[in-house]
Amino acid sequence: MADIYLDNNATTMVDPDVVAAVMPFFSEQFGNPSSLHNFGNKVGFALKQARQSVQNLLGAEHESEIIFTSCGTESDSTAILSALKAYPERKEIITTVVEHPAILNLCDNLASEGYTVHKLKVDSKGRLDLDEYARLLSDKVAVVSVMWANNESGTLFPVEKMAEMAEAADVLFHTDAVQAVGKIPMNLQDTSIHMLSLSGHKLHAPKGVGVLYLKRGVRFRPLLRGGHQERGRRAGTENTIGIVGLGKACELALQHMEYENTTVAALRDRLQAGILAAVPHAFVTGDPSNRLPNTLNIAFEYIEGEAILLLLNKQGIAASSGSACTSGSLEPSHVMKAMGIPYTAAHGTVRFSLSRYNTAEEIERVIEAVPPIVAQLRKLSPYWGANGPIENPEQAFAPVYA
Amino acid sequence: MWDYSETVKEHFYNPRNAGAVAEANAVGDVGSISCGDALRLTLKVEPDTEVILDAGFQTFGCGSAIASSSALTEMVKGKTLDEALTITNQDIADFLGGLPPEKMHCSVMGREALQAAIANYRGEEWEDDHEEGALVCKCFAIDEVMIRDTIKANNLSSIEDVTNYTKAGGGCSSCHEGIEKILSEEMAARGETFVPGAVGKKKEGVVKLKSPKPEAAPVVAAAKGKLTTVQRIRVIEEVLEGLRPALKADGGDVELIDVDGKNIYVNLVGACSGCQMAAMTLGGVQQKLIETLGEFVKVVPHSERPVAIEGV
Repeated sequence: MADIYLDNNATTMVDPDVVAAVMPFFSEQFGNPSSLHNFGNKVGFALKQARQSVQNLLGAEHESEIIFTSCGTESDSTAILSALKAYPERKEIITTVVEHPAILNLCDNLASEGYTVHKLKVDSKGRLDLDEYARLLSDKVAVVSVMWANNESGTLFPVEKMAEMAEAADVLFHTDAVQAVGKIPMNLQDTSIHMLSLSGHKLHAPKGVGVLYLKRGVRFRPLLRGGHQERGRRAGTENTIGIVGLGKACELALQHMEYENTTVAALRDRLQAGILAAVPHAFVTGDPSNRLPNTLNIAFEYIEGEAILLLLNKQGIAASSGSACTSGSLEPSHVMKAMGIPYTAAHGTVRFSLSRYNTAEEIERVIEAVPPIVAQLRKLSPYWGANGPIENPEQAFAPVYA
Repeated sequence: MWDYSETVKEHFYNPRNAGAVAEANAVGDVGSISCGDALRLTLKVEPDTEVILDAGFQTFGCGSAIASSSALTEMVKGKTLDEALTITNQDIADFLGGLPPEKMHCSVMGREALQAAIANYRGEEWEDDHEEGALVCKCFAIDEVMIRDTIKANNLSSIEDVTNYTKAGGGCSSCHEGIEKILSEEMAARGETFVPGAVGKKKEGVVKLKSPKPEAAPVVAAAKGKLTTVQRIRVIEEVLEGLRPALKADGGDVELIDVDGKNIYVNLVGACSGCQMAAMTLGGVQQKLIETLGEFVKVVPHSERPVAIEGV
């Protein structure tokens, strides 16, 4: 039986059509797009086409608003550092506690350099408090950066509304939309979003290519200076293979947008219902009524995520977890912690993230596989008795921690 | 995913002695703060002989925590309590064919559960004597708490110092930013400011993994009218003798091979040799020698001695 890949929020398979589209750029189409001759000119034209495909998927007004970068992280860093340079008298940043490390670690580093970083808190379903946000907006804020969708829970944030609020307060608004682009429809020209980051490999393009969307007229200071590439806003010879691949991937994403939001969403819902019906003491984290169509995050109480993943992997099922052990870090997922998920559940969260390549048969196989794995691990757990959790689990088992 | 050995996988997929032992008369409940894992070890001890008749575990934790628990129960069965107490966390890791550096704490948790269970059987209060922090130096598995404590205890003020005392940062050097941050905080706490070393000068004084050049002839003690070479060697032997019981408790030993200027060549033997914690052990030996001799010395594993000066 073929393996089942349900870790598409981590990365995706490169679509075969994308592979076919990029192949010539490894061989005969090797020219430098900046060159005048035919070798370069053709490649330059391919980049233009790719740029238009990205523009179409994002609903951007102008193709020159698309700046190709090397990854989502580079786009994030470029956006935030640009805002700080463009508005040097503004020393505050607003973001959220549940951002990706690409934003959080950058902000923490900026905080150590003297910037004030406000991190908006979330409630138990991962939702933001917009009143708190409104109170923080001021002319001291250089930039707001809020993710469009959370990578772990899939929860969507009201970035369009938040961008309007920022614009009304004369503050730049950036969104890390790495998880959202290609999964939900967007039309940036109708929004006040000034900057947006996306990453190719999350939507079936190759790794090593990203985009910073920069609304026309927004003040910008490049991260990389040098050649005139990307109109001087991101110097460095273009990753033509990545860019052409991303263009094709965006085209396909647009074609499959409806499928993603109907069929893929239905598969996800079936997976959720199937698992929750068979496994007691398990619950969905995040905001199930407002999340990405492909993402399901379930907390299995009293067991640990890495152990679940290893046993799933043994059966050829790939997923991911917010447990501390899967990352080698000290803490369970900062996202689960921020939502106040109890410790004995946060360690047992498993994220299933689907794509348009998953099938109904695969989902049924996963629904079959999960309950015995959970039962097997619970049998080993000191929090679990013969038929369920022991009484007052936290008091009955209170180990000495070191 | 982690690079788990086949034995780890085997013990995780097919754990031995899972569940609580019936009629247990020794229970140890411990957890590792560094990952949230927790373990209950139950033992059935024969009161007259103190032989462990049966052992069982219940673990809330990852693959290597479950495998370490399973290995531990296999290792202690049939042993007397005193014999069982000689099991080190390294023994557990070795039994499993090794653990990734980030996962060594799983084996520590196993050893602590054993100590706690035996203390419980003997009616003693078990107190944990070590604290774990976030892993900073992955090359030598040195955590933040260790680095911070060493900086505090010795008023360290440079990355070179930290490397000399703990070995942290002596490998790939990617963790130097993290060490600088800890240094800055600790120095600020004692009213000093961290000043980085000059560009390019950084590597001086760092204990090299492979010494590139032979050191110049020793000019140290004698020239300064301190100790003669013979006296120095005697002092070094005394220090090693003092450390020996602690090493032996962990099933290892240290042996002095040669003294060449500020380089002191030793062999770690027994459980210490090849142990992932060997670097830490050497760091500890070196620290003690620096304190006693009152001069800076390097303790170098004999195996890493440059061939060029062999026998000089």
